[in-house]
Amino acid sequence: MAPHDMTHDPHHDGHHGDTGPHSSFSGYMTGFVLSIVLTAIPFWLVMAKVITERNTAVLVLGAFAVVQILVHMVCFLHMNGKVEGGWTLLSTIFTVVFVAIAIAGTLWVMYQMNAHMMPEHPRQPAAAVSGMGS
Amino acid sequence: MSDLTLHAGAPGAALTAREYHLAHDPHPENGTSLGFWLYLMSDCLIFAALFATYGVLGRSYAAGPSGADLFDLKLVAINTAFLLLSSITFGFAMLRKQLNDVKGTLLWLAVTGLFGLCFLALELYEFHHLIEQGAGPQRSAFLSAFFTLVGTHGLHVTFGLVWLVVLMIQIGQRGLIHENQRRLMCLSMFWHFLDVVWIGVFTFVYLMGVL
Repeated sequence: MAPHDMTHDPHHDGHHGDTGPHSSFSGYMTGFVLSIVLTAIPFWLVMAKVITERNTAVLVLGAFAVVQILVHMVCFLHMNGKVEGGWTLLSTIFTVVFVAIAIAGTLWVMYQMNAHMMPEHPRQPAAAVSGMGS
Repeated sequence: MSDLTLHAGAPGAALTAREYHLAHDPHPENGTSLGFWLYLMSDCLIFAALFATYGVLGRSYAAGPSGADLFDLKLVAINTAFLLLSSITFGFAMLRKQLNDVKGTLLWLAVTGLFGLCFLALELYEFHHLIEQGAGPQRSAFLSAFFTLVGTHGLHVTFGLVWLVVLMIQIGQRGLIHENQRRLMCLSMFWHFLDVVWIGVFTFVYLMGVL
C-alpha cells in the first residue's frame, strides 16, 4: 500500500487527518456479506411466513435490524472508540439514548392516551364504558 | 495569566513559547469528520421523530388499505439490494481514492450513482403506484406517516445524488486534491448513514407492516 502515502502530502498544512480513516477491502467485504445475510434472513422470515406470532416476529426483526446497524457502523462508517478521541462514539451514544427515549416515550404516551380516551361510540352499554376505567 | 506575563518578560522564553504554539496545530486533528458526524446525528433526530410518528399512526388506517394490502415486499427487497450494493461500491471508490486512482474513484462513484438512481426510480414507481390506487398521503394517517418517513429518506438520497454528481465533476476537474478527499469522506459518511436509516425503514415500516 505504498501509494497510500501520497495522500499524506507534506505540503498540506498538517491536516492530513481529515480525509478520513484508512479503510480496507476486507473490512468493506465483511460488512457487505454480513449485511446481505442480515437483510436476507428477515425478508425470508416475513415472506415465507416462518414466524406466525406477531410479537415474536417483531422482536426477531428488531434484533436483526439492531445487529445490522451495528455492522454498518463498524464496517462502513469505521466507528470505534478512538476516532476523534472518542467524541464520535460519545455523540453517537448520546443520540442513541435520546432517540430511544423519544421513540419509546412517544409510543408509550400515545398508547396510554388512546387507551384512556373516552370510547368513540356513544351507543356502547354503560357497563362496558365504566369497565374501561378500572 | 501571570505565567504569560512572566514569559513575555524574558525574550528567549517568549520566543520558544511562540514556536511551541506554531508547531502544534491548535485545531483538533480531524475536525471536519466530527462536525459532519454531529450533523448526521442531528439528522438522525429528524428521522427519530418521523419513526415515532409512524409508530403512533402506523395502524390508523381510517378504514383504508393497510400495509399488508399495499406493500410489495419483492420490490422492497430489490430496493434494499440496490442501496446495499451502492454502499459497497462507494466503499470501493474510497479504496481507489486511497490509491490516488482518479479514474477508478470516478468509475466506482458513477456505479454508486447508478445504483442510487435505480433505488430512487423504484421508490418513485412505488409512490406513483400507491397514489394511483387511491392510497396517497391524504388517504389515512398511516399513509401520511408512511409517505413522510419514506419520502424524507428518498429526498436525502436525491440530495446525496446531486452531491455525488457535483463531487464527480470536481474530482474530474481538480483530481483527488486534499479538499476533494475531505468532501469524499463526508459524502461517504452521508451515504452509509442513509443506508443505516433504510435498515430501520425496511424493518419497521415494510417488514413489520405486512405482519
